[in-house]
Amino acid sequence: MATTSGRCESEMNLVLDIALTHVRSRLRQTFVGLMGVAMGVGFSVMMAALMEGSQRDFVTQLVDALPHITMSDERREPPRQPAEDHYQVVAFSGLSTMATRPGIKNPFAIIASLDSWLEGAVAPSVQARAVIRYASRDTAANVTGIDPKREAAVSKLPEQLRQGTLRDLYRSSNAIILGDRLAEKIGARVGNTIAVVSSTGRVLSCTVVALLHSGISQTDETQAFTLIKTAQILAGQTGIVNAMRIRVTDIMAAREIAGRIEAQTGYKSVSWQEANEDLLSALEIRNFIMYTVVGAILLVASFGTYNIISTITHEKTRDIAILKSLGFTERTVRSIFLLEALIIGIAGTLLGWILGYALCQALGTIEFKSPFMDATRLPMYYSPVHYALAGLVALTASAIAGYLPARKAASVHPVEIIRGAS
Amino acid sequence: MTIQLPVTTPLIELRHVTKTIGDGVETTLVRDISMKIEPGEFVAITGPSGSGKSSLLYLLGLLDVPTSGEVLMQGRPVPAGSEVERARLRLKLLGFVFQFHFLLVEFSALTNVMLPMRALGELSERAMKDRAMKLLASLGLEAHANKLPGQLSGGQRQRVAIARALANEPQVILADEPTGNLDSASSEQVLAVLRQLVDETKRSVVMVTHDLALAARADRHVRIVDGRLIG
Repeated sequence: MATTSGRCESEMNLVLDIALTHVRSRLRQTFVGLMGVAMGVGFSVMMAALMEGSQRDFVTQLVDALPHITMSDERREPPRQPAEDHYQVVAFSGLSTMATRPGIKNPFAIIASLDSWLEGAVAPSVQARAVIRYASRDTAANVTGIDPKREAAVSKLPEQLRQGTLRDLYRSSNAIILGDRLAEKIGARVGNTIAVVSSTGRVLSCTVVALLHSGISQTDETQAFTLIKTAQILAGQTGIVNAMRIRVTDIMAAREIAGRIEAQTGYKSVSWQEANEDLLSALEIRNFIMYTVVGAILLVASFGTYNIISTITHEKTRDIAILKSLGFTERTVRSIFLLEALIIGIAGTLLGWILGYALCQALGTIEFKSPFMDATRLPMYYSPVHYALAGLVALTASAIAGYLPARKAASVHPVEIIRGAS
Repeated sequence: MTIQLPVTTPLIELRHVTKTIGDGVETTLVRDISMKIEPGEFVAITGPSGSGKSSLLYLLGLLDVPTSGEVLMQGRPVPAGSEVERARLRLKLLGFVFQFHFLLVEFSALTNVMLPMRALGELSERAMKDRAMKLLASLGLEAHANKLPGQLSGGQRQRVAIARALANEPQVILADEPTGNLDSASSEQVLAVLRQLVDETKRSVVMVTHDLALAARADRHVRIVDGRLIG
């Protein structure tokens, strides 16, 4: 005598046999349904790889282009006046504005302190606005004074130099690195001497020692780098350091680390996430749209499965009646048709994974040109999560698509069918 | 001195069974019928078209549930609401043969015969196959075991259907016009098989037919007119 588990196994084998026979005997219909699921899964995988690839590429470029955290000599809230602490002051009036930036107090003590706990690197810098003039052509620029020895640890600047190196900043007095588009705009080349005019009217003659190409138009068109000392002269504030450029090992922890730095120093520290908050929230919306579209593709594919299982159920009504007359329960009949939908779903998913991978490979070879960035190949991101998610949704959709006709099949009254056929 | 006759429990018993269909306009298919199917008897049910003979057979075979009255299987009432219980009883105790063979066309004769055994799941695959082959051989179909129903003649298909009905060694075979679609030679073969079942294996057969000559070969003849038993 068979055991209960043996009985279950026998029933499962029987259900599987009948389901496979039904699916095999309708090859054309099965193929169409299977291709529907495969297309859905394949295009979903491709969409997800493309969307996440472009997002990651965008974020990487964003993160690489700037320091992960920038600490400036500003404060989130104005510091309290001593009078506020000593007297019941309601309001101040007649305060004069400062002509110069306050700068970060004791910058090297702060660097030493941050170096003691921060996993990453810190570099001092001086930010100044200036107009660059060459051959009667003027253009505004952001001049950043840097320490070449520390800069390599906080930015990709050394790798982004097209001509020259960071060390060339030491080569001549008042050496300057220009963004390549900025240099092109004024017609300057490496070796040329250009005039840099500060906001206070101070004019410095600087020698172009290198050209920068970050791949981001805004940076390449407006950015210039000098030694800290040169930028301090330009700002008219000797000894000032008004920004710290910080790179961290864990870029996703930049926001928390920035908060800690701000709490420690009192200076405004902006992480890359905070600096690009609007862009990141736009990416979140984009992700939501992506998953909605992917879900819709798979939903459409599931209609194909529904159609096939419905057709098979309709064609097999007589068989269902006879199986029930033999003693098959509603649950067993339901299992047969549900399994047929799952067979189509599983086979379609497997085929869809292959299709999705092939589509990703093909798309990855297409070169994409943007007016704002360098020509690049479409960034594809390969993740097992995309495959698992598309497969899960496809199988769930197939199961639901199969369940409805399966339920209908199970409720067939054998007598009505047998009478009709007799 | 009184002689104590052995009392047997009927295999199937209907007690005041009525079956009505239709929501608005009701039609009564079977009216207040009480009858018993005893072990080892061959019962023929006859009657004109639409008299309710097939409906009566479906009630006896637990394919349908009565509107009122009670159905007992081996002396125990069958709960009308339990689809699973009725399916289990059909699988274990009853075998059906219909006018149309109702074989699954994608499966071979052997697989069709094995279906009820596999659904019951009490035998090993090997034992199921052996029993199915024996049944087919006993019906002269050994050479056709691996053929699809489409490759068999009408009489052969009906004999495969009988083999399938016998697969789980049921107590009762319920046959609804089993020779209705067959020529006289095939009809004779099928009837001979049913008769043999009763005589040799002591199983019961309930056969619905409109052919009085066939009915005459049964042990008991029951006539139904307008849903009521007559005689």
